[in-house]
Amino acid sequence: MNLTLKIWRQKNNTDKGAFKEYKIADISEDMSFLEMLDVLNEQLSTKGEDPVHFDHDCREGICGMCSLYINGNPHGPQQTTTCQLHMRSFKDGDVITIEPWRAKAFPVLKDLVVDRSSFDRIIQAGGYVSVNTGGVPDANEIPIPKSIADLAMDAAQCIGCGACVAACKNASAMLFTSAKVSQLALLPQGQVERKIRAENMVAQMDAEGFGACTNTGACEAECPKGISITNIARMNREYFSAVLSSDTV
Amino acid sequence: MILDSKIPEGPLAEKWTNHKFNVKLVNPANKRKYDVIVVGTGLAGASAAASLAELGYNVKAFCFQDSPRRAHSIAAQGGINAAKNYQNDGDSVYRLFYDTIKGGDYRAREGNVYRLAQVSVNIIDQCVAQGVPFAREYGGLLANRSFGGAQVSRTFYAKGQTGQQLLLGAYSALSRQVANGKVKLYPRTEMMDVVMVDGKARGIVTRNLITGAIESHSAHAVLLCTGGYGNVFFLSTNAMGSNVTAAWRAHKKGAYFANPSFTQIHPTCIPVSGDHQSKLTLMSESLRNDGRVWVPATVETAEKLRKGQIKVNDIKEEDRDYYLERKYPSFGNLVPRDVASRNAKYVCDEGRGVNETGEAVFLDFRDAIKRDGEATIKAKYGNLFDMYQQITGDNPYQVPMMIYPAVHYTMGGLWVDYNLMTTIPGLYALGEANFSDHGANRLGASALMQGLADGYFVAPYTIGDYLAQNPIERILTDHPEFKKAEKEVSDRIQKLLSIKGDKTVDFYHKKLGKIMWDYCGMARTADGLTKAKAMIKELKKEFWTNVNVLGANEELNQSLEKANRVADFIELGELMVDDALNRNESCGGHFREEYQTPEGEALRDDENFAFVSAWKYLGEGLEEELNKEPLVFENVKLTQRSYK
Amino acid sequence: MSWVSKTLNSTLGRKVLMALTGLFLILFLVVHLAGNLQLLIPDGGEAFNKYAATMANNPFIKVVSIGNFAFILIHVIYSIILSRHNKKSRPVGYSITKASSNSTWASRNMGILGTFLLIFILVHLKGFYYEVKFGSIPMTTYEGVEFKDVFAIVSAAYSNVLYVAFYVLSMGFLAFHLSHGFASAFQTLGLNHVKYSPLIRKVGLVFSILIPALFALIPLVMFFQN
Repeated sequence: MNLTLKIWRQKNNTDKGAFKEYKIADISEDMSFLEMLDVLNEQLSTKGEDPVHFDHDCREGICGMCSLYINGNPHGPQQTTTCQLHMRSFKDGDVITIEPWRAKAFPVLKDLVVDRSSFDRIIQAGGYVSVNTGGVPDANEIPIPKSIADLAMDAAQCIGCGACVAACKNASAMLFTSAKVSQLALLPQGQVERKIRAENMVAQMDAEGFGACTNTGACEAECPKGISITNIARMNREYFSAVLSSDTV
Repeated sequence: MILDSKIPEGPLAEKWTNHKFNVKLVNPANKRKYDVIVVGTGLAGASAAASLAELGYNVKAFCFQDSPRRAHSIAAQGGINAAKNYQNDGDSVYRLFYDTIKGGDYRAREGNVYRLAQVSVNIIDQCVAQGVPFAREYGGLLANRSFGGAQVSRTFYAKGQTGQQLLLGAYSALSRQVANGKVKLYPRTEMMDVVMVDGKARGIVTRNLITGAIESHSAHAVLLCTGGYGNVFFLSTNAMGSNVTAAWRAHKKGAYFANPSFTQIHPTCIPVSGDHQSKLTLMSESLRNDGRVWVPATVETAEKLRKGQIKVNDIKEEDRDYYLERKYPSFGNLVPRDVASRNAKYVCDEGRGVNETGEAVFLDFRDAIKRDGEATIKAKYGNLFDMYQQITGDNPYQVPMMIYPAVHYTMGGLWVDYNLMTTIPGLYALGEANFSDHGANRLGASALMQGLADGYFVAPYTIGDYLAQNPIERILTDHPEFKKAEKEVSDRIQKLLSIKGDKTVDFYHKKLGKIMWDYCGMARTADGLTKAKAMIKELKKEFWTNVNVLGANEELNQSLEKANRVADFIELGELMVDDALNRNESCGGHFREEYQTPEGEALRDDENFAFVSAWKYLGEGLEEELNKEPLVFENVKLTQRSYK
Repeated sequence: MSWVSKTLNSTLGRKVLMALTGLFLILFLVVHLAGNLQLLIPDGGEAFNKYAATMANNPFIKVVSIGNFAFILIHVIYSIILSRHNKKSRPVGYSITKASSNSTWASRNMGILGTFLLIFILVHLKGFYYEVKFGSIPMTTYEGVEFKDVFAIVSAAYSNVLYVAFYVLSMGFLAFHLSHGFASAFQTLGLNHVKYSPLIRKVGLVFSILIPALFALIPLVMFFQN
């Protein structure tokens, strides 16, 4: 198939950036979206033009490195990661607009590459159980109901790609933050730091400049791992019961 | 040089315990005076960085990805082995040790492997304590599944995303230490060289991938946790960024490279669909628990199928050849990876392959769905089935999956002793980056185990031993050795940028990959390898005269990043060929067609090849020097592996 | 900053204020509707006028009405604060968005809907509340007791086709506002549960249609009766 690509090009963080149009021909529908961009980049490189920079790594939909806002949806028209999006989702003659994630907390570094270290800092604010290596109880010491373990797993599946932020009209990171808060709030291992975790992670999320949640549900609809907004409700509960009852003034 | 593996004295089961007692310790007040560099933040790197920081060392952690959480450990699906014997099915530390040694076709060290089996149980405890949501039974206790190469259920899993959950566990421990100020993170930073002062590793030179800045970092010890080098084949299941650069630069600075030709070809990957393919996707081996592998019994049927004249579901039971079940009645579809892969190649070479390219076999869930119901199969493998459908467009609930082997893991790596130290003092290699535990073939669900064993439970002890014997004084990065290394790195980058040839980096990478797959892949011959060596030499020359690397150093420049990595892959490729050519036997993932049993199984030569080949770099353009570390087996009897 | 102000200035705290005030206003709608429906009793406005007098004189209602104004104010002020904050969270927008594929129109346009409702409330207050409280009202007498004839004012207003149209249109906005706001408030308060959330969503949907429809019915009926 033949396609027209409108791609955001931006030299670096301080450059203003603009869309640039490219024509690309003979794309097979078995290609992944990123392979289609590889083809474009090979052509650009051969012509001596700077290839389009985009983040990608595992190309199996699990590392969370790929992003891209494709034709108005994060990760494109399917509820999957961009690396798992295949060209059979497009038609011959389509115009495809490709933009970087847009959020104050995700500054553009170059072309379609953004800086998502704000997510790391949210995790650093409390997305862990404070146990040192060694000296922990036997793994089967505390039974965990299967349903709880499964719920925790559902939340833990987050790949930290940022599609939730990209999709949200408020650029809110509630789904991301709540997935980690939920996972650890559900498990017995997370109980000890439950309150301080909720307070600190929410505070960090705000400090990074993410927007507030208005419950549109766009994040859940676009999340490649199908993380549910029930996690956001759970985080809200966790946060308020923490601020009302914790010892931190 | 005599390679001293430093395996502790004493009975197998007591070696590690004795060693832990005998190692020197750094007192708590002094720990904060030592700096440790950890390169790579996968399972090995993140767990080591976190554990060392918990002990009190100052850690600097580097990764080329935008976040430590993205390391390729995340892609491991099936599970992690541990000798917990929770299932009461006869597992034990000794059995896990034995399975691993046997699975590795007797080319691994007994001492290392036994220790791995011992600490495997601690890993599960540690991960559960971190909040890793492993699968559980209705009673609330941990669930297990079985895996290739083992007859017990000892694999712990978290849906089909075990690697992800374990990595996020290690990442959370790492994040906690970042918050504590004990770890400084350097994401989007690639290690370009090791810096040696007085014969010891004392730091690294890095390139900031955003700004291009070449920077030096000094420390008392350097840990390379940089994963495997499967991308030398261009097409592999590794992440696009996975590379050998850190290990290769260390090798050129004096670290021996061990068993480079030992690569694992994973049997259950999605077949190649065309020239555009950028990487291959693995599907968990756990699928072989319920899926049955088959091809049409005759070439004629296969041809009809390939031409679309018949549909797969129309092929009658008697016209199907469940070749693994036929050849290996006791292990059936659960034979180890190398055996499963090689047999897929055989049937495809016979002309019985089932997709358009003729390079695919079926993995069929029809009978499992009939037996357990679609809901049960969906619960077990739902995400894998979805992934398969996403990529191929076929629905595996209705038609069998098509699979073909693909490069997946490299057992070879930097040579390390029992302490995980390379031949460069102060330079360690952990996880897939080292060669130590899997011999010539790794069992499923053992990579995660080894990465975390090295990082959580081995390195924190053994590094203390080294540091305690070394002075506290820091070396500043204005030391001439750092300046020299920085200059070498800059010069090389400038060289790459100045060639301005007319072929892209990927062009060369694909070419290298093809040579490696054709001649140094699933089956190798002396002739082919000799040919490959000449081709790689030629390719290297061409690369350095005709590659076109665009842009400048002082920017985010992905073609420069790739060029740096591919340049190293080319050199590694040559060494892999040397190693494969030298090893005149077949073992595990290394299959030399000249050396096979009448039934077509790998034929080891224990008399002449029960050693680790450790290659020493002698200089640009020179042949590398082979050193041999003999493998001594005091506890297991070497037998011809049989899974019949 | 004290923990209270810190909490109320966090994004979650602000959202909870929105949710709590929103839920109160939802409750108010029910009470208000119950009163208004008396306009439809064919007694020349007697029941309604008596009800209006009770409301005006009951000290409890007085307190509640002050609270009501305060809640409206908080709801409005915080919506402005949140909207500004949210706007700043994405300084550079997308050139194309396909938001309809992942969320409902109402959920994305609560600000616009709310602005219309605020205008409605202001007009509504000027037309009725202000008139009744401070304007010159005709009086009427039931069983020898004098009452303000609020019914007459309403009736006069609802004879104006433009006013009725404005009223009905505004109820349309209210319906959309509620269609998202009702369930959203529960979600913000953390009340999301596999068992109850489907019910909450259903009740919310019925509520968001029924209440505005009944509100809109009153001027329509009175307009056509006139």
